[in-house]
Amino acid sequence: MNGLDFRLLFACCLALCAASPPAHARTEKAPATVVVQDAFVDLRSGPGRGFPATYSVERNATIALLRQRTDWIKVRTDNGREGWVNRSQLERTLTPGGAPVQVAGPAPEARTGHHWEVGLGTGDFGGANVISVAGAYALTPNLLVRADVNQLLGNFSNGWLGTAGIAHVFMPEWRVSPFVGIGGGVVTISPKATLVQAEDRTDTTAYAGLGVRGFLTNRFLLQAEYRSYVVFTSRDENEEIDEWTVAFTYFF
Amino acid sequence: MDRGLHVLLLTALAAVAALPGSAAAQAAGQPTGDPSALPAQQPQVVEPAVKRREVEPPALDTENFEAGVFVGTVSIEDFGSSLLYGGRIAYHFTEDLFAEATVGTSKAGKTSYEELSGSANLLTDSERQFTYYDLALGWNALPGEVFFGGKHAMPSAVYFTLGAGSTNFAGDDHFTVALGAGLRVLANDWIAVHLDVRDHMFESDLFGKNKLTQNLQVGLGVTAFF
Repeated sequence: MNGLDFRLLFACCLALCAASPPAHARTEKAPATVVVQDAFVDLRSGPGRGFPATYSVERNATIALLRQRTDWIKVRTDNGREGWVNRSQLERTLTPGGAPVQVAGPAPEARTGHHWEVGLGTGDFGGANVISVAGAYALTPNLLVRADVNQLLGNFSNGWLGTAGIAHVFMPEWRVSPFVGIGGGVVTISPKATLVQAEDRTDTTAYAGLGVRGFLTNRFLLQAEYRSYVVFTSRDENEEIDEWTVAFTYFF
Repeated sequence: MDRGLHVLLLTALAAVAALPGSAAAQAAGQPTGDPSALPAQQPQVVEPAVKRREVEPPALDTENFEAGVFVGTVSIEDFGSSLLYGGRIAYHFTEDLFAEATVGTSKAGKTSYEELSGSANLLTDSERQFTYYDLALGWNALPGEVFFGGKHAMPSAVYFTLGAGSTNFAGDDHFTVALGAGLRVLANDWIAVHLDVRDHMFESDLFGKNKLTQNLQVGLGVTAFF
């Protein structure tokens, strides 16, 4: 095939691709519908229990599911009324085929069956304030692979700390469970400009820690942890630093 | 005789020609005509013609993220009030709780001393930049509706936030606790308007003595749920 033929073929392919409708337009389909099984279902004006119920749908009515925000689903009735319905009420509806409806949301199984955790925390790192963003992946309910990024804000110096490590949760099915962890990372300390003219320094560090975590709901954990850090400095002696943190963690 | 031979030959040919057809017809007819010929170990089963439909959970569009921008004013302690702008992104865990990350920036003005003395500048131009981030937890405390006239009602919520973060000002990063309250009004299903007040509190030793500074911000913002 010579160059001209190839270009012609390429141009034809481009033209065909451009002429065909975009993927999302082709796959767009009518919203899923369900049949109400409760005596009635309240439609609220907003996605929350504090919003007023503006309309009720009776048993055996068909409603279309439009969108979901947290535990609330926006629905449309046959006569065009729209409103928000709680997930728990939708779980007592049936599909047109007669099967129970499943809507994504938290369940008690998520406490031991989840994989991802994301948390925001704060605490104290050797006298400096810590702001922490942490993530974890549960290889098994007992074993977590963790990583976090922390900003350190002290009276005399500021810095950043990043670590990665593993943790063992002793009783993941308990409401409150102890855990232990080890890991390593990098810490950068910059003394405050107003105090001393010292250089920034970056060192590697390792930690061992222990803590407790408790389930607040089927979505949230509260985690308190103590870590003992050893900073491998370029000076004669290594530095030991204690860290205490509390983190609010969301799991999914 | 010749003629008789011909008739006999034709009759024989016709009989031979007819024979395979009848045998085939017999063979084809046999299974249906004689049920007793079926093997005894294969009972006749009625296969249902309708297959049960595979039920898929409805694929709903979940919209728990909210992102947007805001503009407002911030009163930086000792440095007057300045224009502030920034962005926010939030994730709604439940109808009550959300996490929010906010960044904002402003440029501090001059202290009274700098204004009166005329020439003494306490901070350089770049040190006057006031930039912060904070990570907060929010609580939708008062959900309800905002009414415009007699016919229009919009879902709304009064919320409170508590966050921690860092403020870069006067050449240093300061650990900052941010307390906030706001009103969120949903213009439609996915656009919200925010009016909020926030107090950024951090310790500063800029004037020699360590003190807790209060930096109040008022902002008006627009966000989209996605």
